[in-house]
Formats: sequence, structure tokens, C-alpha cells
Amino acid sequence: MVTELDVATAAPPALAKLPLDAVHRRLGARMAPFAGYEMPLQYEQGIVAETLHTRRRASLFDVSHMGQAILAGARAARALESLTPADLASLSPERTRYTQLLNESGGILDDLLVTRLPGVEERLLLVVNASRKQADFALISAALPQFDFNPLDRALLALQGPRASSVLGALLPGAEDLPFMGWRAFDFGGAPLFVSRSGYTGEDGFELSLRAEHAEDLARLLLSHEDVAPAGLGARDALRLEAGLPLYGHDLDETTDPVEAGLGWSIGKRRRLEGGFPGFERIRIALEQGPARRRVGLEPQSKAPLREGAELSARDGEAVGHVTSGGFSPTLQRPIAMGYVASNHANLGATLSAPLRDKRVDVTVAALPFVPHRYFKTPDGKDAR
Amino acid sequence: MTDLRYSKDHEYVALDGDLATLGISDYAQSQLGDIVFIELPEVGKKVAKGKEIAVIESVKAASEVYSPVSGEVVEVNPELGEAPALVNDDPLGRGWLIKVRVSDPGECASLMDDAAYSSFLKTI
Repeated sequence: MVTELDVATAAPPALAKLPLDAVHRRLGARMAPFAGYEMPLQYEQGIVAETLHTRRRASLFDVSHMGQAILAGARAARALESLTPADLASLSPERTRYTQLLNESGGILDDLLVTRLPGVEERLLLVVNASRKQADFALISAALPQFDFNPLDRALLALQGPRASSVLGALLPGAEDLPFMGWRAFDFGGAPLFVSRSGYTGEDGFELSLRAEHAEDLARLLLSHEDVAPAGLGARDALRLEAGLPLYGHDLDETTDPVEAGLGWSIGKRRRLEGGFPGFERIRIALEQGPARRRVGLEPQSKAPLREGAELSARDGEAVGHVTSGGFSPTLQRPIAMGYVASNHANLGATLSAPLRDKRVDVTVAALPFVPHRYFKTPDGKDAR
Repeated sequence: MTDLRYSKDHEYVALDGDLATLGISDYAQSQLGDIVFIELPEVGKKVAKGKEIAVIESVKAASEVYSPVSGEVVEVNPELGEAPALVNDDPLGRGWLIKVRVSDPGECASLMDDAAYSSFLKTI
């Protein structure tokens, strides 16, 4: 038996260990290399059970491989707008915004979260993808040399699921009141703990940043709660696919722009008019005329999942796109996928086809997300995005 | 099912006369994780030792299963269409994959017995 996972398991020598490596191993994690780190792929419960637990109660993920950094200096937000299409200048203190670093042709170099920290000095906390952090940090420090730019050596944990709020609120009173995409620094045993109401599962939840030496205490406390179980990268990938969230290096890369990727909502109104970010011309045209292709949900009409790379064809055999993420949805108990499809073939309900080993299967274009988002809404109904 | 023989690719064979029951080992199912779909061959298909006989899809990946023996498929596990996770729950029992009428029972001699397979797993 030969599996695609065997390739990944053939580990290159210099893999970095997470600060909580020993905790994962004690919990029975199966470790796998990802973005230069040995990461927990799954624990004893397995990907399906971990995914379902996240949707029903709450799961703790270690995402310390991701890059964290602070960009500081007067008008830092305005300056960072020269690399990203979001309206960052209007970002209030203790609010987080999703955006992308773009190349000169509007292609996505990475996607990231930007938080405006409180305080007199203008400071932005950036969280970027693990696989891109060196490149991102080099780009930002080279493009904005007049600012202080400092990578942070902190662990990052994600507590995700409908019980996340009650669990964290019991430990950090007030955390349960944070708005979606809100941020606050708490005290955790004398150490600063950054709490952001955000995540990558489609559920309510939090991302928790703290110095590595305090991370084990926090993880133990959270895991000791009856509602919380550990979940690995496998469940994280299943959850984000169910939630229709793109993964950098798969659904987003330097050849995809934010409009065709379905991320137009993250481009600020002012930025659409003023531009001033890389690739503005391509993005302006895509916004005006509609993109030539679009990231869509895909429902294979088969029991077997479609995987990344599968070519999509129209009825007449014309190649119209490809799958960028595909797998089995534990929540829906059927295969789901996403990919890029030429806009004239990307209407909801359109039937395409894809090769699956020696057969072909019908694939229906579907709305994203597959599993509805359940982000926290404040009592006034605003989600603060 | 007392006399199981294993391949280095983690398939097993239980041979009864010239009828071989094929499946994947407990180690293999634990490595794959949650199995969500299994593509099995048609009854009557000729299989050759070392050739692909099935594809197992877990949540994460597709894995090919290679036949440890040569012969003809005479039965496929009818339960796996609706319950592929049987391979996770009971790989050596209800989670068998196919039955093959073997053309050369001597092929099994080159496979590992329980003790040899256990030792082999320690080298992985």
C-alpha cells in the first residue's frame, strides 16, 4: 500500500519543533511535516471526530508555526496599505482586519490578519502563514525601512467551537464579550496574553498568542475543561474547507488575485477608488468587469473525494478550471471541494466533470461555505468585520 | 484467519486452500486515519502480484492497495460500500477487502508471518 502521506512522512532533516511538541506527543499526536515544522496532524480521536468535536463543542489547535510580527511607527497602517488592498488606516485600536500582500500584478503573496494595537504609538500586529513568513517579513522590512519591524517569538493557540467563548470567558473574564475580529491583551499569570476573536474553522473562537514558556500552562488549563479536546492540522484543513476558507499555497497563490479568489469584500471602499497598492490596475478591472474565473465550491457527485489538481471540464469537454482543495467533509459526510472555474461556467448549480482515476464524475458548482459560519455577533447584531 | 501473511506494503493475505482473503494491516489503517471511501475491483478481474487492486480514500489522501498475490477476484466485501470505516474498526476481520482465487499459492511463501511483520514494523 502506498499513500500520498508517505511522501510527506519522508521528513527532511531540519524540521523545527513547536514549543508544545512534548504536549502533543503525550496526547498521542501523529506528527507530520508542514511548512518546515513537525506538526500534529491528528490525535488519537482522528480527523473526523476532531472536526465534529470542533463543530459541537470546542477544540484546541496549536498554530505556533504561523508568523507573528509587529510593525511600528507613525502612520504604519497607512504605509502597510502600499502592500495590501485593505483599508488599514481606518482600523480602530483593538480591531483585526483580514487582507493580502500583493505582487505587482495583483497576485497574492500571502494572506494575513492585521490588528491595530492599543496605545499612543501606532503599532500593527501581523499574523501570516508559516510557509510564507520569511518571504513576508523580508518584503515588509525592505519595503517599509523607516518603520520598526520585529518578528515575535510567541506561541499561537486557537480555541475554536461553540463552547470556546464560555470556556475562555471562565478563564479570562471579559473574553466572551470581545466582538468578532476584536482583540484584547489579557494577563495570564503575569504574562501578556493576546486574545483575538478570530479563527479558521467557521465557528466562533479565539486565537491566543503568548510567550512559549507560558503556552503549556494555558494549553493544559484549556484541555482540562470537559468541553475541550485537542485537534490537529487534518481537522483544521477539513474545517476550513467546509467553511469555504481559502488556504494559501492551494487556493491562493501568486497567480490568483483577491477578486477572483472571492476576497473582494476585504478590499476597502476607499482603496478601490484610490488604489495605491500593487496590482491595482488588474484588480480595478476585475472589480469593474468581473473576474475571468472565480473560486467556487464544488460538490463531486461521487462517494470518492476529488483532490487538488483535478481538471474540470464543461459538458462539451472544454477545460474550464481545476480543483485547488478537495476532501471529505466530516460534518456533511460527503466529498466537497473548491477550485477556480471560468466565470461563464461558474454559475451555481452548473454541472462540470472531472477525472477520477479511470472514470469521470459530475461535479456541481456550489455556494460557499458548505457549512454556515457561526461567528460571534454582538447583541446589536453587528459582527464588527 | 490464524495464518496471516503480510507484505512490506502492509497488505495481508489469509490463505485457505487456494482462496486468499486480502486486506490491509492494523498498522496500515492506523496510518491512513479515517477511511471514507474504498474503490474495489470487479469480481472476475485478474490480479497480478504487485499490481493495484484497490484505492482507499481517507479524509486526507488517496492510497493504492497492491495485491500481494496473483489470481482472480472471486468476491469483494459488500459491506464496504456503505461502511468503509469497517477497515479502521476491524481490518483483519469484517474490514477485509477482496477474496482472490490464487494461481500460485507458493507466492505467499515470500510474505512475512506475524512475527516477521512485527519486527518489520519496528524498523519503520
